[in-house]
Amino acid sequence: MIERTPILNAVTQVILAVMLFVILIPFWMVFAAASHDFVTVNRVPMPLWPGGHLYENLAEVWVKGNFGTALVNSFISSVLVTVGKVFLASITAFSIVFFRYRARMLVFWAIFVTLMLPLEVRIVPTYAVAANVLTPFQQILDFAHIRVVLPEWNLLNTYPGLVLPLVATATGTFLYRQFYMTVPNELAEAAKMDGAGPLRFYWQILMPLSRSNMAALAAIMFVYAWNQYLWPLLVITDQQHFATATMQLQKMVPEGFGEPPVWNTAMAANLIVLLPPAIVSILLQRLIVRGLIVTEK
Amino acid sequence: MSAITLRDVKKSYGRNQVVHGVNLAVEEGELVVILGPSGCGKSTLLRMVAGLEAVTAGDIGIGGRRVNDLEPRERGCAMVFQNYALYPHMSVAQNIGYSLKIARVPRAEREARVKTVAETLGLGEFLARKPGQLSGGQRQRVAMGRAMIREPKVFLYDEPLSNLDAKLRVAMRVEIRRLHQRLGATTLFVTHDQVEAMTLADRIVVMNKGMIEQVGTPAEVYHRPQSTYVASFIGAPGMNLLKASLNRRASRLELAGGQSLPLANVGALDGQDTVEVGVRAESIALAPPGAGGLRATVQFVEELGASQLLHTELGGAPLVVAARDGMAARAGADVELAVDPASLHFFDPGSGRRIGA
Amino acid sequence: MTRHAAFTNIWLATLLVLPQLLLVFVFFYWPTAEALYWAFTLEQPFGGSNQWVGLLNFTTVFRDPKYWNSVTVSVIFALATTALILAVSLGLALLVDRRLPGHQIYSFGYFIPYAMAAPAAGLAFRFIFSPNAGFVAAINTWFPNLWNPATDGVDAMILIILCQAWKSIGYSFVFFLAALQSIPRPLLEASAMDGAGILRRMRDVQVPLVMPTLFFLIIINLTDSFVDSFGIVDITTHGGPARATDLMVYKIYFDGFKAQDYSLAAAESIVLMVLVVGLTFIQFRYIERRVHYT
Repeated sequence: MIERTPILNAVTQVILAVMLFVILIPFWMVFAAASHDFVTVNRVPMPLWPGGHLYENLAEVWVKGNFGTALVNSFISSVLVTVGKVFLASITAFSIVFFRYRARMLVFWAIFVTLMLPLEVRIVPTYAVAANVLTPFQQILDFAHIRVVLPEWNLLNTYPGLVLPLVATATGTFLYRQFYMTVPNELAEAAKMDGAGPLRFYWQILMPLSRSNMAALAAIMFVYAWNQYLWPLLVITDQQHFATATMQLQKMVPEGFGEPPVWNTAMAANLIVLLPPAIVSILLQRLIVRGLIVTEK
Repeated sequence: MSAITLRDVKKSYGRNQVVHGVNLAVEEGELVVILGPSGCGKSTLLRMVAGLEAVTAGDIGIGGRRVNDLEPRERGCAMVFQNYALYPHMSVAQNIGYSLKIARVPRAEREARVKTVAETLGLGEFLARKPGQLSGGQRQRVAMGRAMIREPKVFLYDEPLSNLDAKLRVAMRVEIRRLHQRLGATTLFVTHDQVEAMTLADRIVVMNKGMIEQVGTPAEVYHRPQSTYVASFIGAPGMNLLKASLNRRASRLELAGGQSLPLANVGALDGQDTVEVGVRAESIALAPPGAGGLRATVQFVEELGASQLLHTELGGAPLVVAARDGMAARAGADVELAVDPASLHFFDPGSGRRIGA
Repeated sequence: MTRHAAFTNIWLATLLVLPQLLLVFVFFYWPTAEALYWAFTLEQPFGGSNQWVGLLNFTTVFRDPKYWNSVTVSVIFALATTALILAVSLGLALLVDRRLPGHQIYSFGYFIPYAMAAPAAGLAFRFIFSPNAGFVAAINTWFPNLWNPATDGVDAMILIILCQAWKSIGYSFVFFLAALQSIPRPLLEASAMDGAGILRRMRDVQVPLVMPTLFFLIIINLTDSFVDSFGIVDITTHGGPARATDLMVYKIYFDGFKAQDYSLAAAESIVLMVLVVGLTFIQFRYIERRVHYT
């Protein structure tokens, strides 16, 4: 379109550039603060040019935050959440969309409802369940007067404890459902004509078709799992062995309010924690954005 | 002075040139149809006139003023889009009156004018509806109403009928023609449908690969095509084209397969050894057997009700014959054909341009 | 949903949904039911099963001025963040959608804070907005004690609002941008032909057509600010000073895990659940109202 709006264009560019600066500068400030010594970081305003103490601060905080273990834990639990979620979501949606049975609307709604209440608002009772996952079944058995004593299965301080409650939500299921709905029915029928059973259809046709959906969901879930804070704080009490990276940020802040943290090491810790998800979202941004938008449509 | 002038207009997207130097003058009040297959640059040309695309080179003038750098709103054109581009959140009345609202026309006057336009188009009872509640034909009218209300100097239509079903398309075609006669505004109309072009246009501009092949009235374009491209594009079916070599001594055209045709005027073909001969299906008639006509084999027959199209093969080349006389030939039959020598068109086999007048 | 359904093997179908249903039962339905049970009962001081107390826990909660403080603070936080996020992200999306040179860089950059964990964002903002280090503290060298989120409740609230907004703008931005880009281009061309300038076009055509997205994002951001704010508060203000940032999620955590009062925390959870479910219902009611382009 021919538009002669030099002033408006200039204003637009200025606003966009200033906002880009405003939105990205906190990352730089974290980085710069992490590279100063204690005196420099407390100067007001702090010099924005990075100093020479980055490695020193990282090394100090590496020990203090137990990041050697914590990063591994974060990585393992995030990957488990990601894989578990992608797998469960795809087979659940497959059943709901491609099978004909009376209860499937019921199943659909039973899972859909979980979207309404995020983990945080039911945090207290979920914590209680995690202390013994089999409680619900035991209580059902008791209620039915069946005298079977189930063993106790405690999820506190375990990987399943970190992972399972995060997998038990519906987001990914809906991403897959939305995608499967766009797959023409004829494809399933053609597969049937070719003699393929449901599992073969799922594995050889749906899986290859949904590769980019899978990648998008995986990226979203990885960031989501990595950034979990409240749940790990509760379910992990043995911080020596099971702490995740994100929850270690609490260690950088003194208990009493008002007392300032040691900024240079705190920011070094922050750098360690924010880098992995930041890298994922920078590298896979297109996928993530598309995945987010598809889920909500 | 012409209403719209295009002088050596070019358009490129990066290295890809889509319009190669178009020259055209549209007279005041004329309805000119730009015709061509998709991708020929016709819509781009129209959008450049509208100001929706920038001109890469050349000049566009509207009403004697160079408008190359003017924004769409400053050009005094109104446009009807292929998909109508109605505002889905506005009612029919708001859609039609939007341009007046922007031009700060007082509310009372605006409403009066919307009403008049709506009545003209038979939209009176739908003014409060949203576009989503209208049928395809009604949406089409709203789009036209939106263009009409501004009383523009120039109307631009970008394939406005291509989303309608066949019957509605014919009805709207008539309506657009009638509207044009009443309003008398200069109109550019883009289409790929040659029937639409023939029935609507004062003049047709046939485009091909970003260039103008021919400009002329529907009759000229049909009866005197300037190139093989125009000849085969215009008319249903398009003109038959046969390769032939010239036998000056016998004053005949030798066709492939050893048959030949008499020539009316050899002199017109000076300097040619071979030509492409064009002949319309309706200029060929079935001759009685043994009358010495061209022998061809019928391959299949298209029944059109009032007439039949015989798809025949003549010396390996396809030839379509329009048979009106009910002498229905069956597929596989051998027929003899009579061709009027005066109805032949000649084209240069290299350039495809017409030879002679 | 009815269009598909090509297979009929019910055993396989059940097997496929079973793992998810089990997880959802154990980690969603059971805890939610348990929260209800706790909310209406009290633990016996010397063990034994809980005692039914009716609405007692709720009356305790509602009589507590600290709880109402928490509700007020949460609502202020939710409304302020939502308004800020939507205004900024819609504005940015409209400008980026003009597709001037460099627009890809902008839409890329604006999304990056999405990857930030709430506590990480909180820690960064606590530093940047610290009263005696970092950057904003410079204000205090000219106007002593003008800015101190450690002692001033309003400052603390501003800090967590800015932090939540910063973290969330990218998400809303990509939705607005996607909505703007799904507006058919001829619609904008038509309005240009009708004589509308760029700003007029934004007001009359683009903004009305992204209304459904706007509505969706209002709900999402309100819910998020009620639910996803624990990390920020826990790292920056601990709910202080003087409970000025004692958001509902934080109070539930505090009452449940620090004060070990499950019944009270459960009652508070139920209230928050009702609130969040209410918002979601509003969303379902209106979500089908999409724009249909002709």
